[in-house]
Amino acid sequence: MTYIPIADQANELHDPHTFISKYVWSQDHKVIAIQYGSVAIFVGLVALFLSALMRLQLGYPDTFSFIDPADYYQFVTMHGMIMVVYLLTALFLGGFGNYLIPLQIGARDMVFPYLNMLSFWFYLLSVIILMASFFVSGGPTGAGWTLYPPQAILRGTPGADMGIVLMLVSLAVFIVAFTMGGLNYVTTVLQARTHGMTMMRLPLSVWGIFVATILGLFAFPALFVSCIMMTFDKLIGTSFFMPAIVSLGENLNTAGGSPVLFQHLFWFFGHPEVYIVALPAFGLVSDVLSCHARKNIFGYRMMVWAIVIIGALSFIVWAHHMYVSGMNPYFGFFFAFTTLIIAVPTAIKVYNWVLTLWEGNIRLTVPMLFAIGFIFTFLHGGLTGIFLGNVTVDLPLSDTYFVVAHFHMVMGVSPVLVLYAALYHWFPKMSGKMFNVTLGKIHFWATFLGTYAIYLPMHYLGFLGVPRRYYAMGNTDFIPDSAQALNANITQAAIFVGVMQLVFIFNVIWSLKYGKKSDPNPWEATSLEWQTPDNPPVHGNWGEKLPVVYRWAYEYSVPGAKDDFIPQSIAPEDVVMEEGAGKYVDRSEEH
Amino acid sequence: MNPFRFLLEKSWQQQTVSGIPEGGEFTTSPYKVALLFFLAVVTVMFGLFITAYFVRMELDDWRPMPESPLLWLNTALLFLSSITLQWTQNVLKKEHFKKLKIGLVLGALLTVGFVYGQVTVWGQMQGEGYFLYNNPANAFFYVLTGIHAIHVLGGLFVWTKTIIKYWSGAELEDLKLSTELCALYWHFLLLVWLVLFALISYT
Repeated sequence: MTYIPIADQANELHDPHTFISKYVWSQDHKVIAIQYGSVAIFVGLVALFLSALMRLQLGYPDTFSFIDPADYYQFVTMHGMIMVVYLLTALFLGGFGNYLIPLQIGARDMVFPYLNMLSFWFYLLSVIILMASFFVSGGPTGAGWTLYPPQAILRGTPGADMGIVLMLVSLAVFIVAFTMGGLNYVTTVLQARTHGMTMMRLPLSVWGIFVATILGLFAFPALFVSCIMMTFDKLIGTSFFMPAIVSLGENLNTAGGSPVLFQHLFWFFGHPEVYIVALPAFGLVSDVLSCHARKNIFGYRMMVWAIVIIGALSFIVWAHHMYVSGMNPYFGFFFAFTTLIIAVPTAIKVYNWVLTLWEGNIRLTVPMLFAIGFIFTFLHGGLTGIFLGNVTVDLPLSDTYFVVAHFHMVMGVSPVLVLYAALYHWFPKMSGKMFNVTLGKIHFWATFLGTYAIYLPMHYLGFLGVPRRYYAMGNTDFIPDSAQALNANITQAAIFVGVMQLVFIFNVIWSLKYGKKSDPNPWEATSLEWQTPDNPPVHGNWGEKLPVVYRWAYEYSVPGAKDDFIPQSIAPEDVVMEEGAGKYVDRSEEH
Repeated sequence: MNPFRFLLEKSWQQQTVSGIPEGGEFTTSPYKVALLFFLAVVTVMFGLFITAYFVRMELDDWRPMPESPLLWLNTALLFLSSITLQWTQNVLKKEHFKKLKIGLVLGALLTVGFVYGQVTVWGQMQGEGYFLYNNPANAFFYVLTGIHAIHVLGGLFVWTKTIIKYWSGAELEDLKLSTELCALYWHFLLLVWLVLFALISYT
């Protein structure tokens, strides 16, 4: 038998009638996406605030009495974990994955709407547990976002009582939430595409989200396993990771465990996590660039292959995070080799983005500004990654600000710029309103230039040898006084950038209320989500009949066509041509 | 045939509707696709646990636990439940509804028996003084069997829902799919258990 029309099961559409079933216990992918997104942005603001507190301490040591060393480590830890997992992963996959997959593949909803709803509520639960750790005795954990044992669960580390337990439980719940959502995204992409939508006609956004989800499904178990084992070490006194330890003059009960084992498990998750964040960003930015450059994406097939290859390689590079933990030199060689290989498909992507802009008819809209900004920051962060991928270069730089600068450029600033590009790009579709362009441009320039003012000097601090993770430097001979002046400047820039993010929040709220009504397809884009009969799309997305797909998602500036874009769902015979331009033809015979 | 052939499509050339037939029909149930992905995820999880087991085993404070003979009985129960579910799936295909009832209930009972047996083994081991925190070998034993049992219970929950579905008169196709997927899941869990059992017995 054939399993029909999940893309089109009108009878299974769980029609919402009450306010609660429409906006709270909603099974509509668009509402769930916005729920996911709002919670993620909220925790992201918490993490942003924590980074401001950290910067205050670093820029002006001995000034703020309310930040003691324990607080500082708690800020660092929570900032890192929230940003990587609870903001970026959740917003890209839970937010944009949920919103875009059904709309871009031409389905009415996710395949398992109930599971989708459950996924969001588990995510919310994990966020609540995490936030609760701010209020328990001892505060949240201050073990660093990598949570390395034994220190993570020993007395003396901030939050070693309750904070770390809540962190581990919260992560486990998050992973359950992600797995429910992830199974849904993968199955939906594979099984709910509309008539004519082959895998190679999917917009790159869907490809990025799809492959990132598969990475997440296979990488998060490693974190889950280590969380469970560490929870046992903490609560029951097993020694999975705990070696024999004398702590504060007292022999602990543990013996024989392997802290390095935890590091392997953690980074087996941790490295794919980088690409769980990066691949959706690659996909979204490709669509934004192509649309606003009015040109097809350069090398579509190569872009898809690069996503798949990067995804596969990301599982065999994890130990490059552990060069300083010590390992067999041959392992170091192997991991350096695989790490540098990743630069090849990644470079292909960067070249293709730049070549997409080449001779395009570029419209410098707000999303386009963010997308172009991303090319700069990503190239920059990627190049320093090539430094750090080499064992001999990594060893002296690993514990300095150079690493902080590298990973913030490559997986902090870059994905966030894409998130903004995507939020501005799809905001008219999600809300039906247009945002304020001037505020958007102010937001872009402040964020783009501001983040450079923060992270560019950090590379220099790293070369000077300024160590990361330190609460205060004190008097150190090898670091000149000017480093402290630079630190103060970085703090000023960081606070400025932080405050300027409020412009975005204000813009969203203001535009929702007073924004101009948006055209259903304001950017004149080709992909399916812009062709919905209603704007914003209503429950069920497509009205009576599902769209039919005739071509790929990048048919921009076709010679002879009247408009400079041809939506995926327009039949070839309905394409309007300019006078004397002849007929719009199938190109499969040309080659 | 190359399964990755679809990656070679030159989608920028063609202008016709191709590939997915009208209405988006697929020959596999989405539930099956999701289950296969889930099994892959669970495999990765157990794989990582087992890797950690091998690493930890090499360190010198490892003292293997004695093996409870009851584990053989539990293995037999899980094996029988797996067979019962397969049989249930087959009789449902032939629409022998009398046998179907037996299969549905027997499968559930055998599975409950397995979980009960595992809990008994835990009690036995603790009675002999092998607690979770004494030794990493014990810790791995409890954690691995525990996680496996939780997955069995998860399966049992779905199986119970299938039974309820049958008695509340669900559609035949729906029921067939449920039993098929449950049987698949049970075979998988049996396989995982055999690997874990071998691991515990021989190390």
